[in-house]
Amino acid sequence: MELLITNGIVYDPINQISGEKVDILVKDGKIVSGVKNPKTIDAGGRIVMPGGVDMHTHIAGGKMNVGRMLRPEDGRRCIESRKKLTRACTGYSVPNTFATGYRYAKMGYTTTFEPAMPPLLARHTHEEFRDIPIVDKGGIPLLDNHWLIMEYVKSGDMDKLTAFIAWMMNATKGYGIKIVNAGGGEAWGWGKNVRNLDDIVPNFDITPAEIIHGLAEANERLNLPHSIHIHCNNLGHPGNYDTTLATFDLVKDVTSHNRQVMHATHIQYHSYGGSTWADMHSKADAIASYVNSHDHVTVDPGQVMFGDTTTMTADGPMEYELHMMSKRKWTNKDVELETGSGIIPIFYSRKVSVNSIQWAIGLELALLIKSPWKTAITTDHPNGAPFTRYPEIISLLMSKKRREEVLKGVHSAINKRAIISSIDRELNWADIAIMTRASPAKILGLDKHGKGHLGIGADADIAIYDISPEEDDPRKIQSALSHAKYTIKGGEIVVKDGEIVAVPEGRTYWVNPEFDGEATKAMLEDLAVKFKEYYSVSLANYPVQDAYVPHPVEIKTRCKNAS
Amino acid sequence: MIITDVLCPFCGDLCDDIIVEVEGNKIIEVKEACETGVSKMMGHERIAAPMIRENGKLRETTYEEAITKAAEILTNSLRPLMYGWGSTTCEADKKGIELAEEIGAIIDNTTSVCHAPSVLAIQNVGLPSCTLGQIKNRADLIIYWGSNQAEAHPRHMSKYTSFTKGFFTKEGRKGKHVIVFDVRKTTTAEVADDFVQIIPGDDYRVLSALRVILAGAGDVVPSSVGGVPKEKLIEIVDRMKSSRFGVLFFGMGLTQSRGKPYNVANAISLVRELNAHTKFAVMPMRGHFNVTGFNQVCAWSTGFAFAVDFARGKPWYNPGETSTVDVLNRGECDSALIVASDPAAHFPRKSVEHLAKIPLIQIDPCPNLTTELADIVLPAAIAGIEVEGTAYRMDGVPLRLRKLIEPVHLSDEEILSRILSKVREIRGD
Amino acid sequence: MKKIDVKLISGRSIEQGIHIENKMSSGYFDVAAVCELNEKDMSKLGIRDDANVMIKSKFGQVVVRARTNNRNPPGIAFVPMGPWANAIIDPSTGGCGTPQFKGVEVEVTLTFDSISPIKELVGFI
Repeated sequence: MELLITNGIVYDPINQISGEKVDILVKDGKIVSGVKNPKTIDAGGRIVMPGGVDMHTHIAGGKMNVGRMLRPEDGRRCIESRKKLTRACTGYSVPNTFATGYRYAKMGYTTTFEPAMPPLLARHTHEEFRDIPIVDKGGIPLLDNHWLIMEYVKSGDMDKLTAFIAWMMNATKGYGIKIVNAGGGEAWGWGKNVRNLDDIVPNFDITPAEIIHGLAEANERLNLPHSIHIHCNNLGHPGNYDTTLATFDLVKDVTSHNRQVMHATHIQYHSYGGSTWADMHSKADAIASYVNSHDHVTVDPGQVMFGDTTTMTADGPMEYELHMMSKRKWTNKDVELETGSGIIPIFYSRKVSVNSIQWAIGLELALLIKSPWKTAITTDHPNGAPFTRYPEIISLLMSKKRREEVLKGVHSAINKRAIISSIDRELNWADIAIMTRASPAKILGLDKHGKGHLGIGADADIAIYDISPEEDDPRKIQSALSHAKYTIKGGEIVVKDGEIVAVPEGRTYWVNPEFDGEATKAMLEDLAVKFKEYYSVSLANYPVQDAYVPHPVEIKTRCKNAS
Repeated sequence: MIITDVLCPFCGDLCDDIIVEVEGNKIIEVKEACETGVSKMMGHERIAAPMIRENGKLRETTYEEAITKAAEILTNSLRPLMYGWGSTTCEADKKGIELAEEIGAIIDNTTSVCHAPSVLAIQNVGLPSCTLGQIKNRADLIIYWGSNQAEAHPRHMSKYTSFTKGFFTKEGRKGKHVIVFDVRKTTTAEVADDFVQIIPGDDYRVLSALRVILAGAGDVVPSSVGGVPKEKLIEIVDRMKSSRFGVLFFGMGLTQSRGKPYNVANAISLVRELNAHTKFAVMPMRGHFNVTGFNQVCAWSTGFAFAVDFARGKPWYNPGETSTVDVLNRGECDSALIVASDPAAHFPRKSVEHLAKIPLIQIDPCPNLTTELADIVLPAAIAGIEVEGTAYRMDGVPLRLRKLIEPVHLSDEEILSRILSKVREIRGD
Repeated sequence: MKKIDVKLISGRSIEQGIHIENKMSSGYFDVAAVCELNEKDMSKLGIRDDANVMIKSKFGQVVVRARTNNRNPPGIAFVPMGPWANAIIDPSTGGCGTPQFKGVEVEVTLTFDSISPIKELVGFI
C-alpha cells in the first residue's frame, strides 16, 4: 500500500525537520521518495511525527503478569469490551497485553522496549510480546547478578565475559545489557543488599562498581547498538544522588562508537538529597548539571504522577523496604543464578511530602537537562505511573501555567525541598518530538534501524495528532496526544480518530553479536557446569526457541578487539 | 532413537531431564522419570475417534461432524462453561480464551478446585517466592505443609529440595532440616527430620500460633495448639529464625481444608514476617504440569488468573461466583466444553450431576469418567508427547514441551481453532 | 452394626497418579476405591483389610474397600482423590471456588454391599 501524507507540520528531529510542511511518502512499510498511486491523507496543518518510542516500559513477562495476579482490583479498572477488531481490555497500571498494544497505538506510539527480562524467564516475556498487538518490541535481559558474569568480571576474563553475553543475547533473544542494583540481586538471595558501589557482594568478592565497569566494557567490545542500561544502586533512598553521580563517573573512561556508554534509567528515583525522609529533597540540579557537562551518559526520568499504581522491579530488596514502610501486599520472586524481582502497589499522594517531591524531581530533570537528546520521557511504567499518563506529563512540561495549577494542590514541602516552582522553561514541540521518538530511538541505537525518524528508508511508523503547533492550551495538548488522529505502523493505518482500525502483529528486535574464538568454547564449558550443578533446568531447554519470536528483526554486530 | 532433555507432561515439577527411547513412532522406554511420569509417557488406552452421543450411546464420527455439532451447541448456549486446561499447552489455552471471549463463556481451569484459595490469598497478602533452583542452591530449612509430594510430585525432593546439592548446599541432605506439617504421617513425613501432626482443620490455628510466637507474644499461646505442644512450636520458630534460607511449600492440605484461603494467607503472612529475620520463601505445590500456564496466559490476556466470565463481553472475575463448581452447583450453565481434564471424576457429586444434565463437549486424549457423560467427544493428541508447546512449571519457569512421536489425532489447539472458525461461520462473522 | 465417626481426607496417592489417565481400568478401581484407616479404627469396626465399608456423610454415601494404614492417626479416613471420595465430600465452596475435599465428617460401617462401580458414581448411565 502507498500513502501520501500532505499538509502536515512535520517534526522529524533526526532529519533536522522542525515544524515544516513536508510531504511524507510511504510504500511497502517504508518512507520513500516517490509513490505512484497513493492513498492521500490530508493532515490539514496538524502535527506529524515519527511513531513514538518508549525505551523503558515494563509491559511483558513474569513481573507484569504477577502484578496482574496480585492486583485484580487494578484489573477491574479501565475495562473495555471486545469489539469487532479488538480483544477485551482490562487494567490501569497492570493492563492486559491487548490493552497495552492498543493504548500505545492510540497515543501514536509504535515501539516499546521491556527493560527487565530475567533470562530464565525470557520465554515468558516473548510469549507476552506475541500477544501485544501492533507495536514493535524488544526485551533487555537482566545480566549483572548472573553468577557467571560476576565470576568473569572478578577474574578479569574479558573474552569469556564477552562470549557469555553474546551467548545470552542469542539464548534470550535479547537486545542489550540491563543492570539493576548491581550485585544487590545476589545479596538479596540471602535477604541482604548492597548500598554503595564499593560494597562487597556476599560470597562473590566483587563490588557493584566492578560489575558495572566490566559490563560497560563488554558492551562496547560487542558493539551493541544500545549502551548498558542501568538502574543504579541505592534506589529510592534519601541522599542517593551521590551514588548516582559516582555511577556515572565509573564509566567515563569507556569509549563507544558515537553514543552514550551508559543509559541511567528512572533517574528521578536516584536524585534524592538529605539523609532521612524528613529532610529528603531534590538533587535534580546536581544530576542535570552532570548530564549537561558530560556526553557519556543519557537518562530518562521515570516520572511519578499522583494516584494509584503498581511498582515492580528486579530490585528485590528495595521492594521489601517499600513493603516494610507501607505494609501493603508484597510479592517477591528470586530467580536462580540470575536476578530477582519484587512487586508492591503504591499510592502517590499529592498530600505526602515525599510523593510531591518525587513528582517535582521528574519534571525538574526533564526541564533542567538542556539537551533533549540526552533524555526521554518515561514513567518507568507502571512504577511512576502507567504509560497512559504521558500526554499529561507532556502538557506539564510544555506549560508552566499547568505546573502552577498542580503546585497549588501539592504538599508545601515542595517549596523548600524541590526546585520546580523556580523553573520557567517550557518545552516546545521539537523538544517533545525528540524526547518521545528521536532521542529514545538514538539511545537504543534503533535510529540506524529505521526507528525514530522519517528519513528515506525509515520504517513508516507515523503519528498525526489533532493539534496545530500554535495551540498552547495544555488540556488540548493532552487530549490530542491521548488520541492520535492517525497512527501508522509499518505503512498501515492502525489508528484513525483515536480508534483502532487495524491490528497487525508487531516485530521483535534482538541483537546477535558475532563472537567466535577459543573464549566461546571455554565459556561453554563453564556454562555447562552451571547447568549441570546449579540450574534447575537443562541447558538444552534454556534458549528461547525461534517459535517464540515469529517476527524477528535480528541486528548483527561485530565484536572488536576479540583476542 | 534416543531423545534427551525431554519434559515430563505430568506434574507441576515439569522435570526436563527425561530420556525417552522411540522406535517406530512408539515410546518403548522412559528413563529418569518417576513412576507416574513413566506411566503417562508409556501410554494408556486412547479415544479412537470423534464420537457423538445418540440415543444414549456414543457413536464414532468424523472430526468435521463432531466439531460442527460442538460449535452449534456453544453458539446456541446462553451460558456456556469452558473448563479444564490442566494438561494442555499454553497455545491451546490462548485459543480457548479467544473462543470464550467470542461466545461469552465462563472460562476456568483446574486451579478452581485446587489452588483457588491460594490465588485469593495472594491477592490479599502477596507471595514472597523464588524459582526452584534458588531453593536447591540455598535452602537449609525446608517445610512441607499439607503437601504429600512424595506421592504427588515424586521427584520434588531429589531434584529441588531435601536430597539435592547446590552451590551453597554442598552437604546435601546432611546440611538441611526438613519439617512436614500434616494431619497424617505421609510418605513425605517419613523422610523428614520433624513430623508435626496437626488435628484436621486446625492448620490456621497452628499457623497463627507460630506467628504469635515469632512476634514475641508467645506467652499468650496455650500449651497445645491444633494438637502440637507449645514447646514444639517455639522450637520450630527458633529454627525458622536461625535458618539461612527457609522455604515453605504448601499443598491441598491448606487449600482444601477448613479455612481454605485464610489458611494460605496465614502461611504467606508467616513467611513474610520471617523475612525480617532471615531469607524465607513460600510456594504453592501446583498439581498438573501446566495448570500454572493457564493462569499465566489467562492473566496476561484477560487480566485475571482463572474463573473469568465473558457474558458481559468483557472479563468479569469473581471467584466463588464465576468459578466452575459454584456455577455447576447453581445449575447455571447450559452447556460445557471440557478440555484436558476430568471433572466427572474430580468434582463433588452434586456438581457432576449438573454436568450430566447439559450438552457436554469433551476434548481429551483418553477416555475417562467425563467421557461417560459427554455428548460430543473429540480425541486429542497428547501435549508434550505428540504435540510441542509451552508449559509453565509450578514456579513460573516456562519451558517448551517436546514432540516425541507423530500424533494420530488433532491437537487441542487445532480442535479449538476449528471450533472457533465454525462458530464464526454459524454466526456469519 | 459397629460404626466410627471420623474425618474424611481425600488426596493424591502415587498409585492413583499412575492410573489417573486410565480411569476406566481395573487398576484405577483397585487403588482409588479404597479407604485407609488406622488399625485402632479397623479393630473398632472389627474388620480386616479388604473388608468393604460404607462411608456416609451429609452429602452422600459410597462403598469402598478398607485397608489398614497406620500413617493415619485414629479418627481419619483417607480416600484417594477421585469419584469415590467425591461422592461424599462437601460440594460448597464458601465463596472461594474450591470445595472442602478434606475434613468432612463421615460415618464408617462394615457393609456386605459391593464396592460402588465407577459408572454408578457418576450416576447417570
